[in-house]
Amino acid sequence: MNETATTAVSPAAETASASAVSVNGLVKRYDEVEAVRGIEFEVSAGEIFGFLGPNGAGKSTTINMLCTLVRPSGGSALVAGHDVVTERDDVRRNIGLVFQDTTLDGYLTAEQNLRLHAELYGVPRELVGERMRQVMEMVGLWERKDSWVNTFSGGMKRRLEIARGLLHSPRVLFLDEPTVGLDPQTRSSIWRYIRELKAREDITIFLTTHYMDEAEYCDRIAIMDQGRIIVLDTPEALKAKVGKDRVQIETDDDQAAITALRERFGIEATVAEGAVTFGVPEGGQFVPRLFDEWDPAPPIRSVSVSRPSLDDVFMSYTGTTIRDAESGQTDTRRNFARMMSR
Amino acid sequence: MATETTTRSAAGASTGPGGPTSGPHEIARVRVPMRSVRSELRAIKVVWKRELIRFSRDRLRILTSLMQPFLFLFVLGTGLSRLASAGTHGVNLRTFVYPGVLCMAVMFTAMFSAASLVWDREFGFLREMMVAPVRRSSLVLGKCFGGATVAGFQGVIVLCLAGLVGVPYNAGLIIEVFALQLLLAFAITAFGVMVAARITQMQSFMALMQMAIMPMYFLSGALFPVAGLPQWLEILNRLDPLTYAVDPMRRAVFAHLKISAAARHALDPGVTWWSWHVPGLVEAAVVALLGLAMLTIAIVQFSRAE
Repeated sequence: MNETATTAVSPAAETASASAVSVNGLVKRYDEVEAVRGIEFEVSAGEIFGFLGPNGAGKSTTINMLCTLVRPSGGSALVAGHDVVTERDDVRRNIGLVFQDTTLDGYLTAEQNLRLHAELYGVPRELVGERMRQVMEMVGLWERKDSWVNTFSGGMKRRLEIARGLLHSPRVLFLDEPTVGLDPQTRSSIWRYIRELKAREDITIFLTTHYMDEAEYCDRIAIMDQGRIIVLDTPEALKAKVGKDRVQIETDDDQAAITALRERFGIEATVAEGAVTFGVPEGGQFVPRLFDEWDPAPPIRSVSVSRPSLDDVFMSYTGTTIRDAESGQTDTRRNFARMMSR
Repeated sequence: MATETTTRSAAGASTGPGGPTSGPHEIARVRVPMRSVRSELRAIKVVWKRELIRFSRDRLRILTSLMQPFLFLFVLGTGLSRLASAGTHGVNLRTFVYPGVLCMAVMFTAMFSAASLVWDREFGFLREMMVAPVRRSSLVLGKCFGGATVAGFQGVIVLCLAGLVGVPYNAGLIIEVFALQLLLAFAITAFGVMVAARITQMQSFMALMQMAIMPMYFLSGALFPVAGLPQWLEILNRLDPLTYAVDPMRRAVFAHLKISAAARHALDPGVTWWSWHVPGLVEAAVVALLGLAMLTIAIVQFSRAE
């Protein structure tokens, strides 16, 4: 029970595995429903790894299994080199968690919340003060350390949770929808912290999101839908796979323009976001040709060419947009959630 | 801690004092230690401490906890004593109900402490505790100790009122009553925590606790002597666990009163099992065993929960 015995950690065990997360055939079944249907992937140390997909795709269930909160029905997973089923404590010592819903105690001050966490995780006493200051300064809450958490805004709470998740220097930080329900400004500041984190601390970040624009910040993304990983790659590679650039033209007569595109170029276009929109393999090279062969169709007022977004990626793999996927699944998912909470 | 054994971490090569602090950017790196008896004790302590902080912040709860015993002792006690003076052999009814009121105050406070677990679940904080690298038994123990401490504080308030209802401030009496009420506080909190492990909604929890606590209280003899009852009531009274907390407390109080033998016989007959006078220590043991049993069930339930 002395000081040295309790702070001692075998360094070999902590650094044995190069993969921060290693998942093999992971399955989670709830009675009849298969929430996660056998997924595999590796996350290497130091990576920002994103899990992208609509609500109900199985992202949170996967995170919960990796965090040892939910027991897998099949398959295995190693986090920081430890098995999530047989070495739960070792996993827990090495991970930080930021959940979708707040898990702070509103009746305690920010500092008391962090202190409580430090005690639960057995952070050596002589380090608590210094470490607490660091993580709170990082998220810009040091000045508010003595305020009750109840008086914090949603964004401040999330920042405090991130600080708390980092307090015990986890090797893997799990962020479940870290920016959901926050205003754009707070969202971008949260992302600034995440990127700063990666630069400053030796940490792997595993996050889920259903915001396409956020997935772009990740080193690699796994797109998940209906319990399966559909594709896994870097954002750039994924977009390259879609192959088509998005071209939007503004004209005075959209219908005539659509007809002209169909008859002269064999391209099916639609009106989206107030402009005639279509996809072509090399948008930049297509535009000169478009102008050469355009007459006598209605004059073009403006042209924009954009590289494919992750929205397009999701669309090309699932045949539906992430928003449509969500609206279609919301009801079943809610019913499911209700069922599970019984 | 009945169901679990505690594992000690093997002491490997230590990084030494100050070792883990250095990092490339002067970041204090923390190494979370292996689970040990010490880390479990820290967890128990911090969960306990949180209960106290929360209680001290909740002014309304402190106020109501002060008011309730006053209501029972002085309003109900004084009012009823006008009716009951004939049957109490000159003993003030307020003195008679004093142990019962003390038990009630402790019970309600302990129940509310346990209820906070349901809130913790609803507001998500329970999750923060559940994913920590500590045993669930430590969390449950911390919670029960916390609840018992807060309820014990409530008991102390009622103890302070003793002089106002004719109960002498005697050191031995105070220690005995204090110990008994702590035991009761712990048992009731354990009961509440056991229920809270299953019940996830506040309304249901409160309804269930009321349903359990009120009959327990009325059957316990907190408000009447336990001898010479109709048989059905006597049976129910002997089955009620709370009986075994109220009775020794009343014995302790009455042992320090200067009253007639007739009054003592009528008001403090003591609990009997088939005409065997159950000693106070056995009664206390009944409460302790029940408390431990419920604590064990609570720990098992929380350890199983995902």
